[in-house]
Amino acid sequence: MEMPVPNPAALARKARLVERLRAVLPADAIIHDPAETRVYECDALTAYKCPPMLALLPASTQEVSDALRICHEEGVPVVPRGAGTSLAGGALPTADCVILGVARMTEVLETDFADRIIRVQSGRTNLSVTNAVEEEGFFYAPDPSSQLACAIAGNIAMNSGGAHCLKYGVTTNNLLGVTMVLMDGTVVEIGGAHLDAGGLDLLGVICGSEGQLGVVTEATLRILRQPEGARPVLMGYDSLEVAGEVVSDIIKAGVLPVAIEFMDRPCIRACEAFAGAGYPDCEALLIVEVEGSPAEIDAQLAVILEIARRHDPVELREAADADEAGRIWLGRKSAFGAMGQINDYICLDGTIPVSSLPRVLRGIGDLSAQYGLDVANVFHAGDGNMHPLILFDANAPGDLDTAEALGAEILKLCVEVGGCLTGEHGVGIEKRDLMLHQYAPADLEAQMAVKDVFDPAWLLNPAKVFPLELSEARRGMAVAAE
Amino acid sequence: MTAQSEAELAEMVAGAEGPFCIRGGGTRGGRVPGTPLETGGLRGVELYEPGALTLVVRAGTPLAEVEAVLARENQRLPFEPMDHRGLLGTGGEPTIGGVVAGNISGPRRIQVGAARDFLLGVRFVDGRGQVIRNGGRVMKNVTGYDLVKLMAGSWGTLGVLTEVALKVLPRHETEATLRITGLDDARAVAALSAALGSPFEVSGAAHLPGGEVPVTLIRLEGFADQVAYRTGRLTETLAGFGEIAVEDDPDRSRALWQGVRDVAPFHGRPGDVWRLSVRPSQAPGLAARLGAEGLLYDWGGGLIWARVAEGTDLRARAGAFDGHATLVRAGEETRARLGVFQPEPAPLAALSVGLRAKFDPRGLFNPGLMPAPQEAPA
Repeated sequence: MEMPVPNPAALARKARLVERLRAVLPADAIIHDPAETRVYECDALTAYKCPPMLALLPASTQEVSDALRICHEEGVPVVPRGAGTSLAGGALPTADCVILGVARMTEVLETDFADRIIRVQSGRTNLSVTNAVEEEGFFYAPDPSSQLACAIAGNIAMNSGGAHCLKYGVTTNNLLGVTMVLMDGTVVEIGGAHLDAGGLDLLGVICGSEGQLGVVTEATLRILRQPEGARPVLMGYDSLEVAGEVVSDIIKAGVLPVAIEFMDRPCIRACEAFAGAGYPDCEALLIVEVEGSPAEIDAQLAVILEIARRHDPVELREAADADEAGRIWLGRKSAFGAMGQINDYICLDGTIPVSSLPRVLRGIGDLSAQYGLDVANVFHAGDGNMHPLILFDANAPGDLDTAEALGAEILKLCVEVGGCLTGEHGVGIEKRDLMLHQYAPADLEAQMAVKDVFDPAWLLNPAKVFPLELSEARRGMAVAAE
Repeated sequence: MTAQSEAELAEMVAGAEGPFCIRGGGTRGGRVPGTPLETGGLRGVELYEPGALTLVVRAGTPLAEVEAVLARENQRLPFEPMDHRGLLGTGGEPTIGGVVAGNISGPRRIQVGAARDFLLGVRFVDGRGQVIRNGGRVMKNVTGYDLVKLMAGSWGTLGVLTEVALKVLPRHETEATLRITGLDDARAVAALSAALGSPFEVSGAAHLPGGEVPVTLIRLEGFADQVAYRTGRLTETLAGFGEIAVEDDPDRSRALWQGVRDVAPFHGRPGDVWRLSVRPSQAPGLAARLGAEGLLYDWGGGLIWARVAEGTDLRARAGAFDGHATLVRAGEETRARLGVFQPEPAPLAALSVGLRAKFDPRGLFNPGLMPAPQEAPA
């Protein structure tokens, strides 16, 4: 991936910038020593690295506002950072940028169980939001697999999903309000503990805008009462098509499982070798989980098992107790670890219409053979969110390029069948140059017009989301103003 | 003007010299001065995949047609859009485009989300006459900015919707409604909060204080066994709030919720009607300040419908509160004087005005419905 050439004018202003920032931030919140800025050189897309000019760690909305106002006045680009777990390079710096991290802002500001909301500072981790309310029997529904580490700020920026969004939706469906700082330092309050916007749905467009419209410092989130219980069932099939039909039939039957996970043979074998969960060796494995009281779970599983049997499974395993349920999930939950042990991998997240599942899986198999790299598939089948894992060797010359080229072909296939490039990880830099495969220039122009309104100088995370050649004129404004 | 295709609509907008009043079925009262621009010619289902829970439909398609198509597969629009005709005394046929443009959602919004939460993709014509596409037809999509949400609830002020993609859900096998009588508003909202804070997946939570005796309603939906179990457990949970009657006839339960959805107690009654989106626990105190002649609470107290004397400045009576008030039914003079939508604080208003100026630079779409740009080009 290409990144813009650093702006020498911005780099030349480093000393003055540090000087001005010292007036509004504590000394330990300004990181300018090159040995220390290296900590922020990448996010979870580790193939790309670039230390920023500076990193800032403000501790309040006021400090964020002061810092942004100064960067705005100095014409220096700012890359917001949550916990740095983006798989798409959303928090990747440029050499002339200031990283603005929210890691010091982790407080719970308010919990209200009657109104079923929690208000937190945005640096708080996803899982610790649930931790703050679980004693009262509540939880925060979006659960990206990085939930132990990822911050709410990043969840909002990327509109993060998770394994349970078939039932509970993604971040945008669970976000009620934000305090956000615009690039010029203006603080805006959008939404709150009430539902739905009064005018235009600004919250809707902020969520998923990849830190390009503002820096969210506080968020009001919807919390839900935990279900009485949950139980998975595992089924194996010898055909991708049949497994796809099972998914479709379950959805049509009126049961709304909380999760439907799908693994293909390469993935099953790798997980089995790694975790020894006792999975059958077959073409496709489904894990379906339902929630409710024990009796309700029995009733829902009866419907699901009837459908499963009708399609002639090679294996059908119910969980009699928590221990067996844990074993059903064991392999799936260790899928990424299993892959990491045998290889380096790129994890994509294109989303497709559920009906296209068999076609896309076969297409991926063909592309995998053509490019000479293995691809394992594990994904959220209920909502068509694929996770092809392209296995490669980072030490083998050219392997990363081949893997990226294969990834691009897989994502194009997702778009071709009516899907999209990214279902939950975001565009970042990773899929930036593929955007014209999904959208026409006028469609992207309309999106960039939104950024023009929130950040007219295009200083916030400017080199992401949009192909560089399309955003070039806008990104050039800050430099041209010199 | 009625466009028969998206291309024709785009041409009409590109060549327009004056403003438009965009009309789907004309049932929701979004009337403004301007040449009526009708979407009724853009009609029909583009794609329906029941197994993928997705429907793609042209914006001018009557809602009744959409619902009939879904009903054949035992599915529905989960957000339960309100029918405004009874409340506003309008005729005509609501369209799916109007539902989306107004983000029109009913009682089930409290459980499953609003129209915006089920909107997967849009096509629309912007103020330059360009066709713009955003989102798609898959359930998870973070590819670029979410203009889909921005279009939902923009009431036509950013563009004219031509096609919408929606996530749909199966109908539940059955439903039942718990009914508690005699609660005052504060106690009723507390009961609704307790129900919504239970694990029993309440899908409707309303309070109707207006009749002979106040009635509090709580809906459960699902498979028959499930509904029976949850009805029993929830009755135990709420025992402290008084005697609970259970309406377990699904047709009668449905009729109750249709009444809540469409604000039936206000039909044929005089006065202006306001809709307030509020923090539930603050609703009873706020409602008491309104001097309303009629009240109805939905969404566990988070939505207040208020009927007040004509011309009343309800926002002045409400004072500052967490949320906003929309004027849904009133005469021209009142609408012009008070504004349909709650004025936003200056920095937010600047963003909203800026977005409208980008999408509709000539100010063609429903001018005056939302606060106007300060320097509207002629």
